[in-house]
Amino acid sequence: MLSQIPLSYFLVVSTLMFFIGIYGFLTRKNLITILMAIELILNSVNINFVAFNRYLYPDQLQGHFFSLFIIAVAAAEAAVAIAIIISVYRQYFNIDVERVDTMKY
Amino acid sequence: MIDFGYTIWIPLIPFFMFLILGLFGGKMKPMISGYLGTLGLLVTTVLSFFAAYQYFFQRTGEEAFEKIIASNTVWLNITDKLHIDVGVMLDPISVMMLIVVSTVSFMVHIYSLGYMKGDFGFSRFYSFLSLFSFSMYSLVVATNLFQMYMCWELVGVSSYLLISFYYEKPSAVLAGKKAFIVTRFADLGFLIGILILSYISGTFDFEELTNPEGAMISQGTALTFMGFSAISVALTLIFIGGAGKSAMFPLHIWLPDAMEGPTPVSALIHAATMVVAGVFLVARLFPLYYLGAPDVLTIVAYVGGFTSLFAAIIACTQLDIKRVLAFSTMSQIGYMMLALGVSGYGDHDGLGFMASMFHLFTHAMFKALLFLGAGAIIHSVHSNMMTDMGGLRKYLPITHITFLIACLTIAGIPPFSGFFSKDEILVAAFHHDKVLFFIEWAVAGITAFYMFRLYFVVFWGKETHYHHTPHESPLTMTIPLMILALASIFSGFIPFNELVTSDGHGFHIHTEWAIAIPSILVGIVGIAVAWIFYKKESGIPAKLAASLKLLYVGSFNKFYIDELYMFITKKIIFNRISAPIAWFDRHVVDASMNGIAWVTNSISDQIKELQSGQLQKYGYVFISGVILLTFAFVYLWFN
Amino acid sequence: MDFLTLFVVVPVLTIVGIIFTKDMKQTRMVSAIGMSIQLLLSVALVFMYLAERRAGNTSEMLFAHSYIWFESLNISYNIGVDGISVAMIMLTGVVIFTGIFASWTVEYLSREFFISLIFLSTGVFGFFISIDLFTMFLFYEIAVIPMYLLIGIWGTGPKEYSAMKLTLMLMGGSALLLVGLLGIYFNSNAGGGDLTFDILEIAKVNIPIEAQRLFFPMTFIGFGVLGALFPFHTWSPDGHASAPTAVSMLHAGVLMKLGGYGAFRVAMFLMPEAAHEMAWFFLILTGISVVYGAFGAIFQKDLKYINAYSSVSHCGLVLFAILMMNQTALNGAILQMISHGLMTALFFALIGMLYGRTHTRMIDQMGGLMKVMPVLSVSYVIAGLASLGLPGLSGFVAEMTIFFGAFQHPDTFHRILTITAAASIVITAVYILRVVGQILYGPIKDESYKKFDDARWYERLSTGALIVAIAGIGLAPLWLSDMINESLNPIVDQLVQVIIK
Repeated sequence: MLSQIPLSYFLVVSTLMFFIGIYGFLTRKNLITILMAIELILNSVNINFVAFNRYLYPDQLQGHFFSLFIIAVAAAEAAVAIAIIISVYRQYFNIDVERVDTMKY
Repeated sequence: MIDFGYTIWIPLIPFFMFLILGLFGGKMKPMISGYLGTLGLLVTTVLSFFAAYQYFFQRTGEEAFEKIIASNTVWLNITDKLHIDVGVMLDPISVMMLIVVSTVSFMVHIYSLGYMKGDFGFSRFYSFLSLFSFSMYSLVVATNLFQMYMCWELVGVSSYLLISFYYEKPSAVLAGKKAFIVTRFADLGFLIGILILSYISGTFDFEELTNPEGAMISQGTALTFMGFSAISVALTLIFIGGAGKSAMFPLHIWLPDAMEGPTPVSALIHAATMVVAGVFLVARLFPLYYLGAPDVLTIVAYVGGFTSLFAAIIACTQLDIKRVLAFSTMSQIGYMMLALGVSGYGDHDGLGFMASMFHLFTHAMFKALLFLGAGAIIHSVHSNMMTDMGGLRKYLPITHITFLIACLTIAGIPPFSGFFSKDEILVAAFHHDKVLFFIEWAVAGITAFYMFRLYFVVFWGKETHYHHTPHESPLTMTIPLMILALASIFSGFIPFNELVTSDGHGFHIHTEWAIAIPSILVGIVGIAVAWIFYKKESGIPAKLAASLKLLYVGSFNKFYIDELYMFITKKIIFNRISAPIAWFDRHVVDASMNGIAWVTNSISDQIKELQSGQLQKYGYVFISGVILLTFAFVYLWFN
Repeated sequence: MDFLTLFVVVPVLTIVGIIFTKDMKQTRMVSAIGMSIQLLLSVALVFMYLAERRAGNTSEMLFAHSYIWFESLNISYNIGVDGISVAMIMLTGVVIFTGIFASWTVEYLSREFFISLIFLSTGVFGFFISIDLFTMFLFYEIAVIPMYLLIGIWGTGPKEYSAMKLTLMLMGGSALLLVGLLGIYFNSNAGGGDLTFDILEIAKVNIPIEAQRLFFPMTFIGFGVLGALFPFHTWSPDGHASAPTAVSMLHAGVLMKLGGYGAFRVAMFLMPEAAHEMAWFFLILTGISVVYGAFGAIFQKDLKYINAYSSVSHCGLVLFAILMMNQTALNGAILQMISHGLMTALFFALIGMLYGRTHTRMIDQMGGLMKVMPVLSVSYVIAGLASLGLPGLSGFVAEMTIFFGAFQHPDTFHRILTITAAASIVITAVYILRVVGQILYGPIKDESYKKFDDARWYERLSTGALIVAIAGIGLAPLWLSDMINESLNPIVDQLVQVIIK
């Protein structure tokens, strides 16, 4: 059943997710939304990993392991990111990314 | 052969005296330092006279006077051949100068004990005097041109220090500065002259330079420098140095102002010794001038002649007695220069040379006397201006008599010494160039006039109201006056024609009455005119001044030479050269350096915007970069 | 340990000693002791050097030692002295010694001040003893960098600006210099053999003329910036004006001499062909420096600016003489470095002392100081007279030697330049006498001046030592001149071969 869906379908979905993520990362001002966009990017990568693994090397499992790895890392990253965002909020009383420009020249 | 080794102490004693007084003078009692300085000079004077006696009168046989190198050591090596020595050389003119310097300097030392008494900086004064004596002695006994140049600078500095002695008086400071800078400018000519001369001759030594049979004279004349005869260029430049020191026109402007210094200093430095250094310089190099570059001697003669006339005219209208004497000095030095300029070389041809040295000697005596007399007058009246004086003969009998003697001497009345020396100059000029002779003849009359104008106004004339009765000076001041008066009277009988001649051989002279009588007459006429004009107050001078307004105003303002110099220095050098350079440095050179910094700064200002702190901008740049690189990579991959 | 290394070790030990001091009094005591030892060492070096020469040692560099330091690049700590460096070390010893006493009353961060000052002098001493290009450059940088701190922290006026300007311009020079030195290094195997930084080794090699043409200007300008070569001199007035007294003294007195010494020992000595070819261009630049600096000085109103411009003029004369490339002129150049070092140090010391009392350096605000502080004023007059070249003081000896040397060139170009340069002595007289007349003579300008006290003992010591040195050289220059002359012989031989070719 699965084999009737060609690989390109998965790739299209992941590409779309990736660029939606990029778009969101570049255009959203809210840090939470940006974080969500990053999650989208990560997940598009996950789809790629799983899909390629399934279609190219069906008898191996590295792709799956890697995506699990990414999910775990993403979870940790989300935790750290949210912590940072909360700190930013405490400092600036909002979470607009354009306000957070202390690290300029 | 007599050992003259001791003569090295003649310059050295004043030098040590300078060190002692300079370092410890401040802690001594003023009078002690005065006595110490005078004592030092007494010793050198004795040594000088002894050396002169030995040199002139203890020679073996009747041969010519030789140049004797009493001592000489290398001071600095310049190149393999060229080295600067310092030492003592004795020959007729240096021995004669030793006498002049010693006599006048010693008199001035004694005189100053009275004159400067109680002045602030008494010991400083004596240490400067010692410095001057040291430099002047070393100058006259110099064995080589470069030693002379060094001492030349040193006398210049001593002169500067002594002119600015009353340093709280702005005019004295300015005068000192002016004197130093003007002579320094002239010295530049001297220096370049030495550079050229040493380059073509490879030596500084007078013995080689002035040896008539030496290589310098026989071969040096053929060399050229920038298209001119090298030796002429060099000697002209050296003469400029001499002209600066001897206040020849147009480098004379410092001398009248130098009268801001204490009067004994004017007598010593600016009348008797330092200002004749220029004459001495030309005399020292005389064989070189005469045999190497006779055309330069013509310049010397005319510069001297013109200066003597020019200064004499100015002297007629000045009111400050020291300035009258200063212009008179210029005029008399003009005589000496002229005499050198018209002189020949050897035996009787060298009459001008002999006359010049003779006049230098007598002039030193009577001019020092005049200045010291003027000092005595100023000391009692507390003013330099003739308008504040009159009828002083009653109050200052000794000063009066000695001053009269000096005036008669300078006016050329026999048997005073000035007559003999001036007469020889006139004879020499007459046989060489009639124009110069007539100028000098006229100047002799003018000299007599202005000197007796001074004399009559100060000692006769109407008595002005004095704040307190003028009184005769103390003995320390009058004794030098009397000694110098004796010297003025009798120094005319010294047989210069036997002793101080251009080539060391004596020759016979006889008075040419055809020239002597007119010169005496013109002197008497000058005195008579002054008598009519100034003995009693009369309206004639004022009327004359009114009728010759242009000449009078010009003369009174010294023909505006000072103003011309002020214009050149202030307006041109200061405002047109120095100020633009300072501006250029700030606004062009420095600004271009700052400009480089500014460009760097502004570029970094531009590119720092990239570091905006905006996370998403970084993201844009990053992603666009990745995409661009990807495309580039793909493109290259498929080609 | 060999004798020469002591010149680096003693300052370092002094610095270590200073670190352990508790207050200003101890600090300056330790500094004074350290630098007195250093001065004694320099004097001893002179005598040892002369004794060695008299004993017939004719090698080019005496007391030479070499410790390999960085083997793969053939860098070594290679030291040795000839008469020229001995003279320069003597100068540095005197100036740093007097500098310590001139900064006797620095209270603000005195420990750090003396550390930086002595660190700087370490660099200078190291520079003069080293005969390895890399080591030389290292010490050069050590000498230049502390200047930034010294001016930036202890300076006056727009000190940050001046410190920045000075450091950046000198660093720019260093950058050029580094390229030049590396250029020499990579061409040092022209005759086969290893690449080397050793000056004496390189001198034997004939660096290809193309390389010389490229690297001579770099090296010369690189050093020239420090030697105030027109138009790279503008750090000097600002830098000197802002620097504290002892720093001005060291900087004008010694540091600027690194430029002249380097230009001579590295640029000239190692690349004579290019030097001979390009001399005309740099001669014009230095000729401009000489006259221009003097004219510039006439117009200034700040004492330190006057001296900074006067230094431009005098240091211009040094480079001018070096470029004349004959023994007499080179001798004059070295003498002028020493003489200028001493007299300008004296000048800056005195200016600092006057400033400490009047709190102004503007000449039109001062007047009549002779009356209230005769010792300082007389010293100032002596410094002025030395500067305008009075016989009997050191400036005269140096200037005359230069002029006579420069005049040895028979062609018109060199002669006219010489005469122009000689004309600067008149201009010098003008600005010196103007200053003397303005600030020392005349009536006392301000009632408050009457309260000033004259020189303290440490000020007397500082100025006295310098005056003795100036007058000593001025009165008896023969031994110094001969010592330098002797060491110049091998260098001049090399130059002469080039010129004949």
